[in-house]
Amino acid sequence: MAKELKLMKGNEAIARAMIASGTDGYFGYPITPQSEVMETLMAEKPWEETGMVVLQAESEMASINMVYGGAATGKKVATSSSSPGISLMQEGLTYLAGAEIPCLVVNVMRGGPGLGTIQPSQSDYFQSVKGGGHGDYQLYTLAPASVQEMYDFVFDAWDIAFKYRNPVLILSDGAIGQCMEKLYTRDYVPRWTEEERRKNAPWGTWGKPANRPHNIITSLELDSARQEVFNHKLQAKYAEMKEKEVRYEMLNCDDADYIFVAYGSSSRIAMKAMQMAREKGIKVGLFRLITLFPFPTKQLADVAKHVKGILCVEMSAGQMIEDVRLATECNVKTEHFGRFGGIIPTPTEVLEALENKIIK
Amino acid sequence: MNQDIEARKQELLNQGYTEVYTKTKVLTDAVMHYCPGCGHGTTHRLVAEVIDEMGIQDNVVGVSPVGCSVLAYNYFDIDFQEAAHGRAPALATAVKRLNPDTFVFTYQGDGDLAAIGTAETIHACNRGENITMIFVNNGIYGMTGGQMAPTTLIGMKSATTPYGRRVDINGYPLRITELISTLPGTYYVTRQSVQTPAAVRKAKAAIRKAFENQKLKKGLSFVEILSNCNSGWKMTPVQANKWMEDNMMPNYPVGDIKVDGKLVENVDVARLAVDHPLSVMQ
Repeated sequence: MAKELKLMKGNEAIARAMIASGTDGYFGYPITPQSEVMETLMAEKPWEETGMVVLQAESEMASINMVYGGAATGKKVATSSSSPGISLMQEGLTYLAGAEIPCLVVNVMRGGPGLGTIQPSQSDYFQSVKGGGHGDYQLYTLAPASVQEMYDFVFDAWDIAFKYRNPVLILSDGAIGQCMEKLYTRDYVPRWTEEERRKNAPWGTWGKPANRPHNIITSLELDSARQEVFNHKLQAKYAEMKEKEVRYEMLNCDDADYIFVAYGSSSRIAMKAMQMAREKGIKVGLFRLITLFPFPTKQLADVAKHVKGILCVEMSAGQMIEDVRLATECNVKTEHFGRFGGIIPTPTEVLEALENKIIK
Repeated sequence: MNQDIEARKQELLNQGYTEVYTKTKVLTDAVMHYCPGCGHGTTHRLVAEVIDEMGIQDNVVGVSPVGCSVLAYNYFDIDFQEAAHGRAPALATAVKRLNPDTFVFTYQGDGDLAAIGTAETIHACNRGENITMIFVNNGIYGMTGGQMAPTTLIGMKSATTPYGRRVDINGYPLRITELISTLPGTYYVTRQSVQTPAAVRKAKAAIRKAFENQKLKKGLSFVEILSNCNSGWKMTPVQANKWMEDNMMPNYPVGDIKVDGKLVENVDVARLAVDHPLSVMQ
């Protein structure tokens, strides 16, 4: 497939990007609102075209552990789910991080807690960037705000995952997953050859040749001293990501008196609210997070020095706002606005919240 | 230490002794942590011998469980993955699907395979994944200190059934090997043991068959190894083997259950549940 202009659902874009980016395997379990990912893959039959394996597992626990097994052989392996399913995967994610296995996990968020709702939400921020599973670990977390980014971030995910030997999370939501937008597809990246796999993943478990020691994929270390050394190594890796891999976008922040901080669907709504505010003569900018971990702490702190107030927009009770306040060290008035239960706020509501909570 | 062993061996050979038994090259030199008398060491060796004899050391991936054999990867000189508790069949599924020409096996205990990992076990078996599963059943959680396992017999004492397992409190033990033998995806299902030289030979033949089936892409082969846990059972190794023969074997009968995709004649999986309700023999 060459570069083409298509009209596509976000979930379908994820699936097609997996095929186009040379993904070796996908293991998943149906859950609304992301079932189109596996449905698209099954309909496309990539095993006939690229040799990509697609399997419907018996549970999210099984699918994340299939990701562990497959990815531990040095192949590009992915899964996707939505919030309750991602909760079930937390055990697997901490093992993947602890065993330093590159892989891709997509969360198309819906509202919680519990079964909650099948409508869009952004209430898994804490789960995504503050742990989720046990132990000190981080997932490189990308937040797409368009169908195009759903597609592009799959390609980016593989680069980061293998560069750092770390799981990558694409944190999307039901709105981006379900909406249809135009999308430029890319040229296919072929799946790695056997030689490339061995070169790119020399740590992989594919069968021990006589000329190297056996490779072991494990997150277990019974010796406390060695475990601490390993923990330091992980932290150094996360520090390097913070230094080199932060992504964000600033719109109209240069002359802004006030800024919205948002990611994903909320950033699209905030963008419209920003335009409405500008039409009313209020100088508003948008600081859009693209990576949630690493968080653009320094960049946001710099912008915050020149503004009078920040409104965090997130479809949650206010999770991201904690990192915004940490970044700005609470030096500027910062409030949260969000809706729950799968209700998507309107730009008018967001602008009113800015006026009522920050400006007045 | 290994140099010492090598030097001593040379010394004996120089004195005219002949080497008749040696460490399999597929096992590493790491000293095993298993309790003396435990069946894991023997079972490891049998798997390693089969890998060696089939010449597949460079083309096999093992998956270890959580439990006593969590560190199996230190003892096999092959590529290995260590799974979360119970998830080994899910890992093995993906390893095999993505590397169909690589031999893949799981090595799991009863708590891992038949309690926390029941779903992964049953579904990997039912999909007929072309892998080998080695299941060591000693009726107890060894590593955590001897608690009740899904296979602990009725009346059997453990750290969490100090007065013996009771059906009204703990429910029945699970005969998972018979259960998975009824699934169409399993091609070879057998129960063996390793407490005598004769049993060891049969167990090795079964493990070999399980790996040969994989070579022929026949589907899932499942080898249960009935074993003791002398530490957890609080017995000497000899007492533990005797106890296993007297109590475990009538309830978990040794032998092939399913061969070449067909249930073995005279093995009545349903009847077994009625005739042998999984109690400690009086």
